[in-house]
Amino acid sequence: MQQADSSLAAVKEDARNKAKKRKLKNALTIGLFVSPALLVYALYVIYPILATLNYSFYDWNGSSVGTYIGLQNYVQLFNDSIFWTALLNNTWITLTSVFVQIPLGLIMALMLFAPIKGIRLMSSVYFFPFLMSTVAIGLLWIYMFDPINGSINQLINLFGFENVAWLSGENTALIAVLFVIVWQFAPFYMILFRAAIVGIPEELYEAADMDGANPWHKFTRITFPLLMPTIVSSSILAIVGSLKAFDIFYVMTGGGPNHATELMGTYMFKQAFVNFNMGYASAIAFVMFFIALIVVIIIQVLDFYRQKRGVFSE
Amino acid sequence: MKSLAKLPLYIVALILLIVSGYPFVYMISTALKTQSDFFENPFALFTSFNLENFLNVFQMGLSRYFLNSVIVTVVAVGAVVIIGALASYPLSRMNFRFNRVLFLLFISGMMLPIHATLIPIFKLSESMGVYDTLLALIGPYIAFSLPISIFILTQFMREIPKSLEEAAKIDGCSHLGIFRHVIMPMVKPALMAVIIYNAIHLWNEFVFALVLISSPESMTLPLGLQAFRGDFAVNVPGLMAALTLASLPILVVYLFSQEKVVKGLTGGAVKG
Repeated sequence: MQQADSSLAAVKEDARNKAKKRKLKNALTIGLFVSPALLVYALYVIYPILATLNYSFYDWNGSSVGTYIGLQNYVQLFNDSIFWTALLNNTWITLTSVFVQIPLGLIMALMLFAPIKGIRLMSSVYFFPFLMSTVAIGLLWIYMFDPINGSINQLINLFGFENVAWLSGENTALIAVLFVIVWQFAPFYMILFRAAIVGIPEELYEAADMDGANPWHKFTRITFPLLMPTIVSSSILAIVGSLKAFDIFYVMTGGGPNHATELMGTYMFKQAFVNFNMGYASAIAFVMFFIALIVVIIIQVLDFYRQKRGVFSE
Repeated sequence: MKSLAKLPLYIVALILLIVSGYPFVYMISTALKTQSDFFENPFALFTSFNLENFLNVFQMGLSRYFLNSVIVTVVAVGAVVIIGALASYPLSRMNFRFNRVLFLLFISGMMLPIHATLIPIFKLSESMGVYDTLLALIGPYIAFSLPISIFILTQFMREIPKSLEEAAKIDGCSHLGIFRHVIMPMVKPALMAVIIYNAIHLWNEFVFALVLISSPESMTLPLGLQAFRGDFAVNVPGLMAALTLASLPILVVYLFSQEKVVKGLTGGAVKG
């Protein structure tokens, strides 16, 4: 009897060990699968963010040992009018993206469904700008905006306007670059909207036809409301993308003239790799990270409440 | 009457066509001009067919930039597909304690402004002794391609029926075996999207190249083009030839497989 008991215990013990072993093996497997990605990610994403935060407390030129100065970089930053210009310009990009680029993308997507000849071929061309590298786009448009030999001035001459020195004027440079951003990214939103429009059930339009709805009504009552989720997600992409803007401004204006088109990104780059104010640049970089973080948190919270409301209303 | 009603549509479509297409026409047309042709008449389209500019920019180092871009893109995309898929498998199909946290950690990278990492990565490349070599670019390129790759791949992997995996398990397949013989073949379209998305983005990447590379031998195309700008300050046709050549590969790929490229580029945002 006692023997049976002990053997039963042994069996249980054995099973427990096996379960433990299996669990350990599982953990090991998961570890092996995830660790290459995690290692690279930790080294080039997570560590650098923490290091940037650390550097931002130092007065440091990048090579010699820095001096710890606490929050002084941040104090300086908040009193730096160029930084506020940069933040404002980033905001302009965001506003342009949401209120010009996305509506234009929607119009372009609707055009793809227009009953006209050759639209398939034309739509391939509409997508071209999104494929070209930003540097190439910037260089190309510098010449399009050229004060003497540029196509844009040629065009406005036709309408009786004088030549404009677009990129060297403090008032026109931002507009010119924003125009190029819209040109480059509107096709991206066109594709997002096209996919969403394809997903709208045909029956809805048939039912509307039976009720005698006109095209405008069909758009405002069916298409637009059903595209709302795409409009929201496009806006999120646009806002987050605007915070990262750099290439096109760096190439076309370098943040000039006289900081008129300075962005957080271009200002950070200049402070770090032109002036070697690495500590100050780290403070700018960390503020950029922090703003992105806040934006993401706000989006998540809004999404949470939207979903909660959705649950209650259903 | 009916075709007249469509007139506004045609006008809008045509305006969009001209605005999106004209800069490309101008670029190619100017690339084919000699410098004197260009100064005589900068706006006339396709007045000359002179291929000399293309040869010139190739001799001036464009071929080197081209080769560098190909190497960096191929290596980084290859690596990101492998390690991204490996990580996506447990993240999408296994229950473990830190699953959700890890997943969020990876995909939050999509929102991250690259500038927040530039200085430490620059210092890192110096202390690893890879500054100003192509190796300096590959690490950051892999890391910053992981979030979107894992995002796309996990979405697809979640949809594979559990029964397939269990059948393979009964046949004595290990996790690695399941990954290779069940999961990977099932997510081929997602792998394609990941490859296209990352290849185009890395081919065009500028910020890391600007910070981590300084000598012409290691420059990638975007950086090389930017450097050309100084050399070609007055030679607009030459610069346009360089821009045309740099944009050509992606435009050609796009023209041959439009739907795949479009799906790949919007893969993260558009499902299916």
